[in-house]
Amino acid sequence: MPTDFQTTPHAAPVMEFKSSSFSVPVLVLSGNDLAVIDQQLQKKIQLAPEFFKHSPIVFDVQDLNKQNLDIDIAELTGILYKVGLLPIGIRGGNEQQNNKALELLIPIYSQHHSIALGNFSKDHTKPEKLKQKVPLTEAEPNRESTTMLITQPVRSGQRIYSTGDLIILAQVSAGAEILAEGNIHVYNTLRGRVLAGVLGNTEARIFCSDLQAELISIAGNYKISEDLNESIRNKPVQVYLQEHTLIIKDIV
Amino acid sequence: MARIIVVTSGKGGVGKTTTSAAIAMGLAKKGHKTAVIDFDVGLRNLDLIMGCERRVVYDFVNVINGEASLNQALIRDKHCDLLYILPASQTRDKDALSQEGVGKILEDLSKDFQYIVCDSPAGIEKGAHLAMYFADDAFVVTNPEVSSVRDSDRMLGLLSSKSRRAEQNEEPIKEYLLLSRYSPDRVKLGEMLSVDDVQEILSLHLLGVIPESKSVLNASNSGTPVILDEKSDAGQAYADIVARYLGEEKPHRFIEEKKGLFGKLFGGK
Repeated sequence: MPTDFQTTPHAAPVMEFKSSSFSVPVLVLSGNDLAVIDQQLQKKIQLAPEFFKHSPIVFDVQDLNKQNLDIDIAELTGILYKVGLLPIGIRGGNEQQNNKALELLIPIYSQHHSIALGNFSKDHTKPEKLKQKVPLTEAEPNRESTTMLITQPVRSGQRIYSTGDLIILAQVSAGAEILAEGNIHVYNTLRGRVLAGVLGNTEARIFCSDLQAELISIAGNYKISEDLNESIRNKPVQVYLQEHTLIIKDIV
Repeated sequence: MARIIVVTSGKGGVGKTTTSAAIAMGLAKKGHKTAVIDFDVGLRNLDLIMGCERRVVYDFVNVINGEASLNQALIRDKHCDLLYILPASQTRDKDALSQEGVGKILEDLSKDFQYIVCDSPAGIEKGAHLAMYFADDAFVVTNPEVSSVRDSDRMLGLLSSKSRRAEQNEEPIKEYLLLSRYSPDRVKLGEMLSVDDVQEILSLHLLGVIPESKSVLNASNSGTPVILDEKSDAGQAYADIVARYLGEEKPHRFIEEKKGLFGKLFGGK
């Protein structure tokens, strides 16, 4: 029988830290009356009980703090649990609220839009807020500069992700996956899965010179190969979103 | 420094070992000192195809573990003095291979040999990964059918991202396509993908087409690489492939289709 000491050093690693992003509903509070919150929450949940059942939720108290309205974090989470939600974070809380949340084992999410109270002086928050405002408007041109260019074929099993636009000059094989937060251009045969505007940019478009894709998606609205009309197959096309519908058109 | 060639495919049963044996023999016959390594630890086959199964004493894993020297494990081929075989271990599995161990053996062989042919196991796991990791050139063996083509495409993706050359940002591995078990008659009937169909999907440099041939099975059963059967179509196809790899101009044969005059002029029966 092997001992643990002997096997451990040779054992394959059983874990790995990975970064993943999730889409989680955020409950943005604008009033601090717990009874009203309770009532309105129940009403909302009745509309789609299955959707909200055991749904993780982050609550955002930034507006409350802006209006100088305090809220009891323990009672608020109590209400959330009661209606079947699972609070997994607080955003925009002040120091005291954050401490309370930590006591309840609820993580604190980045408060980059929040007004920091407590220990932070007013002087400190002002420039920070200003700084934030300026880059926000500049964010768009910044994005475009992150365009990714691929000149080698994207083979089956490979995955390419661009935080901006994605331009591919070689073919994209079946079984490959190309994703971009912006637009995607493929100046060759496109056979794999192609997803543009993956963070919800509905203005994103897909362009390719020979459409044979397995799946095309813009901002989560997708079509699979089977649903593609024969008239646009093997053709140079562009794909864009019009009122939640994917429009596929010849580029002429 | 030796040139390291990996013969790979992703899919099993497409002719990797047959190709490895034929290519290695072809290179040796042309006067290049060549070693061929069986990476399929646990499913040892290359020695059978090469007809040296009765002379295996030590194997690849023995050398990695330091239980034997390279010279002890290398088997000299009985047909050609310049060809050596490093057999796989049959009693172990792929976990017995380590990247450092394989790297060390290839480095040692490089000093003495001109070409090292690595016969990859099927799949994309450890054995296949180590077989291609150190490669300079890749011979991607593909059958003219969709699943084989898809697996080859996957393997090409790994060659361009998970190899030593890729990781160290060196010049990428040179990739060549070998289309095996090709049958022009069946292509005509639409039962098989044509060379053009495969090329459209993989867009690779075509090194040669090996026709479906009885001679391959006969050669395997008798333990003589098919390239030694100079009368056979498959043997000639492999001879062409070796010549093309070494830079000779050879028209493609055994494709025999509409636009190909070559098929008519040179094609075997």
